[in-house]
Amino acid sequence: MNGLVGPILVMVWKDILLELRSRDLVVSVLVFGLLVVVVFNFALNNAPGRAEELAPGILWTAFAFAAILAMNRAFVRDQEQGGLEGLLISPVSRDAIFLGKALTSLIFMLLVEAALLPVYAVMLDFSALSFNLILTIFLGTLGFAVVGTLFSAMAVQTRSREIMLPVLFFPVVLPVIIAAVEASTRAVGGETFVGLGRWLPLIGVFDALFLVICPWIFAFVVEE
Amino acid sequence: MEKSFSEWPVLWDLDLSVPWGQTLVLFGANGAGKTTLLRILATHVRPDHGSIAVAGHNLRTRPEEVRRRIGVVGHRSLLYDDLTCRENLVYYGRLYGLKDHKPRVDEVLEQVRLSNRADHRVRTLSNGMQKRAAIARAILHQPDVLLLDEPEAGLDMESVSILGTLLAEWTDSGRSVVMTTHDLDLGLSWGHQAGVLRGGKVNFPDANSVDDEDGIKNDVRASGIRRAVADALQAGR
Repeated sequence: MNGLVGPILVMVWKDILLELRSRDLVVSVLVFGLLVVVVFNFALNNAPGRAEELAPGILWTAFAFAAILAMNRAFVRDQEQGGLEGLLISPVSRDAIFLGKALTSLIFMLLVEAALLPVYAVMLDFSALSFNLILTIFLGTLGFAVVGTLFSAMAVQTRSREIMLPVLFFPVVLPVIIAAVEASTRAVGGETFVGLGRWLPLIGVFDALFLVICPWIFAFVVEE
Repeated sequence: MEKSFSEWPVLWDLDLSVPWGQTLVLFGANGAGKTTLLRILATHVRPDHGSIAVAGHNLRTRPEEVRRRIGVVGHRSLLYDDLTCRENLVYYGRLYGLKDHKPRVDEVLEQVRLSNRADHRVRTLSNGMQKRAAIARAILHQPDVLLLDEPEAGLDMESVSILGTLLAEWTDSGRSVVMTTHDLDLGLSWGHQAGVLRGGKVNFPDANSVDDEDGIKNDVRASGIRRAVADALQAGR
């Protein structure tokens, strides 16, 4: 276990340090998220009273596309500067490499979402201080990060990675998006934990499946 | 061992062993498979057939043990531009599970004469300095086997001299080096064995004897090695 946790934390430390120096990922994703809410806010001015109803859909549309932006960059720096090759010839297991990159992506996405959520809540008029909503966002983002890391590793080896990633990512992550929107609608509507019904466990099941399958496939993806 | 890329065979019928405490220098024309061979030994590329062991560990069954015992210097530094030399080395030191990595990082930086640039970002270093930092990365965890792909490329005379001293110390301590180069003089002065990669396999002009025009067998001595290597390079892949 220690052989897995140590390298994962080292990789996360390195990626956070690089992001602090370049700020190219978090800032661009944050700006994109803000633009989305501004655009939707103007669009929904014509439909007063429906903002709360539409908020979860808008929220997850923004989060999903923001995830694509973030995942597009997940392996680019490693690929361009040879860091991925450095990792692959180090005695770190492929599982640890995958989980390290997925954890980094999860942290970056959660940071951006934490910054965006209050803005969305104010503009779309819903309460962001809901445990159920925050849990839904965490589980949905976990699914995005795990699937996105795998497809980012695939896409970075192709010439048209910006196109390839969404084409691969969205069909696989669709059940998580649907379940997250449904669970968020109920959470925003003030439903209790039980009221979220099957949607939250469904996201959990998909996350667990992704966490088992994706690291296994990743080992084949990075093999030459 | 055999390796092809699609229908294009690169290495075939290759049989090779490197004793402890020796440097094997590989020469070969462009496309002969030198880099592919090193990438296979570095566990980065999987061979199609055959069995390979590094420091007694099978590449296929125990790749992580092999990776722990090799240090690699390739065409790229494998360092992050926005991290300093020290941060890069600390990062790799932790990945390799070095217990007390700080003094070791200082030690290798001193070995490659980069102590005064230790806290500079890699992107601010010259190509030669980046290569020296890459060498520091490769020797950081004191691997049993060093794999060097044209390590002299981009290095000035002083850096080449530092690398030569380092490799001599490396083999004197019983560890092995496999390196490729296009520099005949350098390769022959550093290597205990010189091999030419041609036709998918490694030929050792110095280990075998060759027939001269009269059919008399002679050992290929220094000048003979030089000629054999030059001939092989001229003949191409």
